[in-house]
Order: sequence, then C-alpha cells, then structure tokens
Amino acid sequence: MSVIAHDVYAGDRTPARRQQPTGFGMALHRAKKGLRSPTPYLMVFGIAVWLFAYWLLCEGLSLPRFEKIPGPVTILSDWISANPQQGTSIYTPDYYQHIYVSCRRILIAFVLATALGVPLGLLMGWSAKVKDYTFPLFETLRPIPIMAWVPLAILMFAGYETPVIFLATLASFFATTLNTMLGVQSIDESYFRAAGCLGSRKRDVFWHVVVPGAMPFIFTGLQISIGVAWFSLVAAEMVSGDFGLGYLILSSYVNSVTVPMVIGMLTLGFVGWFSSAIVRFVGNRLMQWHVKALAMQGR
Amino acid sequence: MTTTAAKPTAVTAPVDHAAGKSRVELKNVSRGFGEDWAREEVVRNLTFEIKPGDLTCIVGPSGCGKSTIVNMVAGYDHPDSGEILLNGQKVVGPAKDRMVVFQETALMPWQTTFDNVVFGPRLRHEGSRPEIEKEAHRLLEKVGLGEFKQKYPSQLSGGMQRRAELARALINRPLLLIMDEPFRGLDAMSRPLMQEFFLRLFEENRRTNLFVTSEIEEAIFLADRLVVLSNRPAQVRAVIEIPLPRPRQFHMMSSPEVFEIKRQALEILHDEAMKSFGGAAHFAHRGPAEHEARA
Ligand SMILES: Nc1ncnc2c1ncn2[C@@H]1O[C@H](COP(=O)(O)OP(=O)(O)OP(=O)(O)O)[C@@H](O)[C@H]1O
Ligand SMILES: [Mg+2]
Repeated sequence: MSVIAHDVYAGDRTPARRQQPTGFGMALHRAKKGLRSPTPYLMVFGIAVWLFAYWLLCEGLSLPRFEKIPGPVTILSDWISANPQQGTSIYTPDYYQHIYVSCRRILIAFVLATALGVPLGLLMGWSAKVKDYTFPLFETLRPIPIMAWVPLAILMFAGYETPVIFLATLASFFATTLNTMLGVQSIDESYFRAAGCLGSRKRDVFWHVVVPGAMPFIFTGLQISIGVAWFSLVAAEMVSGDFGLGYLILSSYVNSVTVPMVIGMLTLGFVGWFSSAIVRFVGNRLMQWHVKALAMQGR
Repeated sequence: MTTTAAKPTAVTAPVDHAAGKSRVELKNVSRGFGEDWAREEVVRNLTFEIKPGDLTCIVGPSGCGKSTIVNMVAGYDHPDSGEILLNGQKVVGPAKDRMVVFQETALMPWQTTFDNVVFGPRLRHEGSRPEIEKEAHRLLEKVGLGEFKQKYPSQLSGGMQRRAELARALINRPLLLIMDEPFRGLDAMSRPLMQEFFLRLFEENRRTNLFVTSEIEEAIFLADRLVVLSNRPAQVRAVIEIPLPRPRQFHMMSSPEVFEIKRQALEILHDEAMKSFGGAAHFAHRGPAEHEARA
C-alpha cells in the first residue's frame, strides 16, 4: 500500500489569527455585529406590540375596568411635560428626590447585606462547625416573609429611614448568604485536593479555592439579592416612609392621581433593571474565566 | 481546538537531584468503605514496590480500587491497615513530594494556565518571584503551551489540559509523580500523541512514576513493570517486567515479546473481568484472544 501525501499547505505560514481590535475599534465591531443580528429589531418590535396593546386597552378602545387606568399617551405626555397635570414629571425636583432616596436606601442595604452575607456564607459553606452553629436559626428566620418583619422593624428602629433600610437589608442578606454557602459547597473536591498536594495552608485554600470557586454563585446570589432588596424596600416604603418610589406610588393612589403612580412603577422598573445590570457587569468583569468557560460551551 | 504533538524541547533545566532516586513501598495495605456491618473491602493486603527511576503501571479492571490506591499513596486517604513508605518514611498526608495528575482535570478554572503552574511554589514562597516565573515559562514551553499561558483551562483542549497539569506538577519537583488514568477521555488522535510525549518527558530524567491505567497497550508501552490487580477487593495478581529498551518506540509494540506479555496480562484481566460479571460469566465465552482482537 502506498500513501500519497498532498501537502498543499506546506508553504503557507499565515498566522491562524488576526490582530484583535482594541478600544473604540472593538466597540464599533460589536455594534456592527449587533446590528447585523435580528436581536435589536425583534426587541423593538416586541416593545411596540406590547405598547400598542396597552394603548388599545386604555385609550384606543377604553374597555370597561381600563378607563380609570392612564394609557401610554397620557403617561408619556405628563412624564416629559414641564407642567405636569398630575404633579410629577422629569422637570419636578420631587421626582428626583424620590429616586435618590430609594437608590440611597438600596445602596446602603445592598452593601450591608453583601458585607455580612458573603463572609458568613463563605464560612458556613467551608466550615461544618460554623454551619452547625448557624444554619438552624438561619433556616427558621429565612422563610418569614419580609412584610411580617414590618411591625418589629418599626418597634426596633426609630424614624423612617432605619426600619426601611433594615427590611431591605434583611431580605437581601438571606439571599446572598444562602447562595454563597451553596457556592462553596458546589466547588469540586478535586480543587481542594490539588491545593492540598501543592502545599497550601488553610488560609491559602480559603483565598485561592473557596472564594474564587464560589464566585459564580455569589454573583447569582447578588443579582437575586438586589432584586429582593427592591421588592422589600418598596413594600417597606409603602408602610413607613416619607419619600421614595414606593411612597410615591402609594401616596399617588391615596390622592387619586394615577399618572404619578404608574410613573413611579415604570421608574422602579428602569432603576431595578439598571441596578442588576451593574451587578452583572461587575460580576463578569471579576470572572473573566467564567465568562470564557460559558463562551466555550456556546452560551 | 486540536492537540498538536509537542516534542519536549531542549531547554536547559535546573538539575533536579530528587528525580529518579525515590522508592515507594506498599506493605500489606488494606482499605474498606462503609459502616462496620456493611463494610466492603476495596483494597486487600496489597504489597508491591515502586523502584527508583521506574515507571510502574497499575492495571486492573474498571472499579477495582485503583483510584483508592492512588488516594492513599497521595495521602488523601489512609489505609485501614498496612503502611505506605516513601524513601522509608511513612506517608501521612498530601505533600508536594507526591504530585498527582488526576483522572479528571483539576486545574483551577479561575486561574490562567500560567497562574495554575506557579500556584504551588508561589504559595510556598519557594525562591524569588522571577525564578519561579522563569521555571514556569520553561516548563510551559516544554509541554508545548508557550502560546497558551494566559488562557484559562476551559479554553484548552483535553490534551492541552493534561499537559498543563503535568507542568503544574513538575514545577514542584516531586519525588514521585502519580498519574491516575490521565489520558482517559482523550480522543483516539491525541491519546497516542500524549503517550509518546509523556514517555519522552519521563525518559529525560526518569522521575519515579506510578501510572494507573485500564488500557493494557498503554501500560506496556509506558511501563517498566506492570502490577496487575484483581477485581475488587484489589489484590496483586501478577507483577510483569517489561524488558523493552528505552527510549521506547511505537514499533516495539509489534514484537513477539510484547505480544506474549499482552496475552498473559489479558488472560488475567479477562479472568478478573469475568468475575465481576458474576452469574453472567457463563454466557460470555469470549477468550483472551478475541478480547485482544478488539483492542
Ligand atoms: N470514599 C469512598 N466511600 C465509599 N466507597 C468508595 C469510596 N471511594 C471508593 N469507593 C468504592 O471503591 C470502589 C473502587 O473505587 P475506585 O475509584 O478506587 O476504582 P477505580 O479502579 O479507580 O475505578 P475507575 O476505573 O472507574 O477509575 C468503588 O466501588 C467505589 O464505590
Ligand atoms: Mg479511578
């Protein structure tokens, strides 16, 4: 048997990869690629369909039960008007005061919950002893709905600010701690073994295996946690508050001005979306390895 | 990504006095798992020796307890009775003098290939930073990953991951290198390439090696001695010396000597595999010759 080799590429020494564009070039490349995919068009179309349906229900046809609800045209015209009929628009300082107060509360609550929850979760996942001490109490308190804490929070803390922050912190603390703990428990035993034979001390194992290994779960937990923080914040602001988007929504309802109510809701939606986008962005920045591993799996 | 055959390149290596001088002895090692009333013995009364500078291959049927032996030699697990000695000293726990290349990849996915390699010496503060990094660069070049230093393990192919793990182990200059089915799961193209690559690496300084595999061909090609294990509980069924000269070449595998060794080993393994079939054994009349024809 003879083998004939057609070595046609023998002389071709062109590198398999071209130079990667940087900075602005990369951004341009991404934008071009994005516009060539159907995604942005589908998204715009989707939003348009939903808006149209909403308009049809409230303003186009004014179906029964919908006529009291402000439609998209009413809301938008009030939202961007310098003299809003119902008192709230992007030109009124009150509007920004509400946003600012809610955001500040979320920031404090989220930072507190993360600063307490991540270390506690890491320790609970890593040390069986710490878990034994804390887990039963943790699991008893965790299922208590955050609204059930409201009276206690008002009794425990003075003023408007602290009870509201306490409630938001509590809710996101549970989400962060639990996810962090699960993150540590999800780390494959083989990494601990590898670290063991490479001669790491306990402290090194903690910093170089436990912390980075739990990171993907921690950031999933933080995304959930910022979501529940908003949830409990608004609930708390509705019960006890002088400012904030939750307060805006409820007080508008009480005063029968429905447009600011819906503006408050939509603003919450945008701010909430933005805050989880920040958490996701930071997570992806810190976990390039995870982003790349997911990319290799085609996700 | 495809695996390319990376030949160990000749870069001057620092002298490694430890390589090839260590002896490992297993004396009457037994290990079982489970509660007292349902205890299942996995390793029974195992005695064998790994000579300095030898590559000793453990071959045995799947699930017979090979990884359990590896864990005990590495120090992650302890024998119920008997002892394991490295250069006369009893093994009590994991340490950098016994490096393991695992069955599944255990590169830290959150570190780049380079950071994985320098991990051990960096944490143990051995030598200065430039020294460690120089050695890491040298080893990564040697295993053919020079261009992949800043990639994460998930971005490497299976064969590359195995080589990165070899580099991570070798930088610690272990007395004993333990490899637990390191090439299992590699595709048919890269497996022989990795075997040959690993052979050249071993033959360079003959660092005492304990190699676990369930592939008899691979074992004969690589090893100085085969320790053939029985079905669970693992016991030594035979110790077979492989008289092939080094450096080993693929063509040696077609010699009558190899054929005879393979026949012997397969006979034992076949025997043991049948036992694990239990009651179904009499349905499977395939003899070792047929077994081999499939290999
Ligand atoms: N920690 C453990 N606890 C209980 N049983 C165990 C433990 N480790 C191993 N075993 C049992 O010991 C037996 C042998 O396992 P081991 O992993 O050593 O086999 P192996 O020869 O390496 O198998 P493979 O070919 O799949 O790699 C298995 O039946 C397994 O269930
Ligand atoms: Mg195994």
